[in-house]
Amino acid sequence: MDKNSWTYSEEVKKNFLHPKNFLEKEPKEGDFDAQGEAGSAACGDIMKVWIKVDLKSEKVKKFKWQTWGCASAIASTSVFSEMVTERGGMEIEKALKITPQQIIERLHGLPSIKIHCSVLADQAFKDAVKNYYAVHSS
Amino acid sequence: MTKRRVYLDHAATTPMDPKVKRAMESFWSKNFGNPSSIYTEGRDAKGAMILARAEIAKILGAMAEEIIFTSGGTESDNLAILGVAKHFAKSFLNYSFSPRLNSQAGFDTDSENKQFKKPHIITSKIEHHAVLNPCKELEKQGWEVTYIGVDKNGLVDPREVIRAIKPETILVSVMYANNEIGTIQPINEIGRAIKTYKRENKTDFPYFHTDACQAAGHLDLNVEKLGVDLLTINGSKIYGPKGVGVLYVGRSVGINPLMYGGEQEKSLRPGTENVPAIVGMAEALKIAQKSKDKEAKRLVGLRDYFIKKLISKIPNVYLNGDPVKRLPNNINISVLGVEGESLVLYLDEYGVAASTGSACSSMSLEPSHVITAINSDPLCAHGSLRFTMGKKTTKQELDYVIKILPEIAKKLRQFSAVKI
Repeated sequence: MDKNSWTYSEEVKKNFLHPKNFLEKEPKEGDFDAQGEAGSAACGDIMKVWIKVDLKSEKVKKFKWQTWGCASAIASTSVFSEMVTERGGMEIEKALKITPQQIIERLHGLPSIKIHCSVLADQAFKDAVKNYYAVHSS
Repeated sequence: MTKRRVYLDHAATTPMDPKVKRAMESFWSKNFGNPSSIYTEGRDAKGAMILARAEIAKILGAMAEEIIFTSGGTESDNLAILGVAKHFAKSFLNYSFSPRLNSQAGFDTDSENKQFKKPHIITSKIEHHAVLNPCKELEKQGWEVTYIGVDKNGLVDPREVIRAIKPETILVSVMYANNEIGTIQPINEIGRAIKTYKRENKTDFPYFHTDACQAAGHLDLNVEKLGVDLLTINGSKIYGPKGVGVLYVGRSVGINPLMYGGEQEKSLRPGTENVPAIVGMAEALKIAQKSKDKEAKRLVGLRDYFIKKLISKIPNVYLNGDPVKRLPNNINISVLGVEGESLVLYLDEYGVAASTGSACSSMSLEPSHVITAINSDPLCAHGSLRFTMGKKTTKQELDYVIKILPEIAKKLRQFSAVKI
């Protein structure tokens, strides 16, 4: 993909128009184990994530998100949510190792200017895991 | 299946009017001569250019020799600012030849005393980048620039402009109508105040420049009435060709070229003239100015209807810019809690072309300096959405947007991390 191009890939478009796993309603007590955040209003991207973890296997069972951000922020968070929850859920340790590069590959590329500001899902996830372990010490 | 398209971004560019295209037609291959050639083909091309220049001069209330053709709005703005600055840098170097000019410009003409005040420019915080960036460039070269703020509606206060003038102020540049929020500045008031200042202080400075690119299709362009010494317009915003612009340069203005070459455009803008585009520019301006009053009436009705509907159908939507002192075709709103690029791409999916001042849609990743100047809340700039109507815009098209935008905003707000 041309790094100066503003044309998003079909995969970005698909995930932007039909995002998966976004949090529709304010969560009730016990719906999730921890919450995490990344980004700032000044930058134009704020990301919030909620996780539910299986205590025994430490697999991510639920990953929900909300984002105030551009198309690539929405799309990258949507694919991240799929990566950590598909096939019965990914172990926290493994999920923490997901890099922005892997998210971008799954989106079939992103304009380079977008990478720094819009791939925030992994950071928000790390924040959530930190909060999870603050309560559920491993 | 061809999808329905609703084009609401006429401030970005306009489709070329078929009449303009027809006027240009014969100058590509048939009357292709170089206006500088003295034989028949050259004279024919030159004749067309003379006519175009005269027509534009008439609309501006100017003399033909005061019309300089350029490659567009950006070049005209650059030529106005950097060309005037260059002239004065040169005057300064040659100050012994024109002590009057130099003392008027605030330069110390005492050769024993090398101390001199920085030459000064005044502009506004909400100018187009084609004005702001040449000013920033001059700051690097030792000029001083004052960026005047605007009120919450985006208006420049003429009194503030006058207060900022110093003896060494060479140029004031304030845009006629803003490209993002459509605010129409009190150019004639500023022009009058500058003239009074000049008379009272017995000086020829500052010159007054206005970028009228967005205004050209809607407002009066008479340079006398506006009180301007320099004025920028271009073709692509008025249903004319892209790549052509005009800089009006008043007779008494000291200005130097930015490029050097032949003697075209009084050597101020050398290079073989773009005859088809120049002919098209004149035709476009003629059509725009002729129809502007009737068209403004129609557009103001549509504009105010559209604004009212958007605000009533979507919660937490605010109008950016002045509700009255506003271009007839401009609607700029902030949809709080939603990011502008997402809005624009969703609208595009539904067949609607609009634009945003969100950081995410700019290469610099900076939010709009215009919305930021009128409202410091980042949610406003990042959630801003601009619709600019055109000749072909209908109420049905606006009703379509009124139907789909509330759904889009609702959906994007649903997965937004910022809850309003």
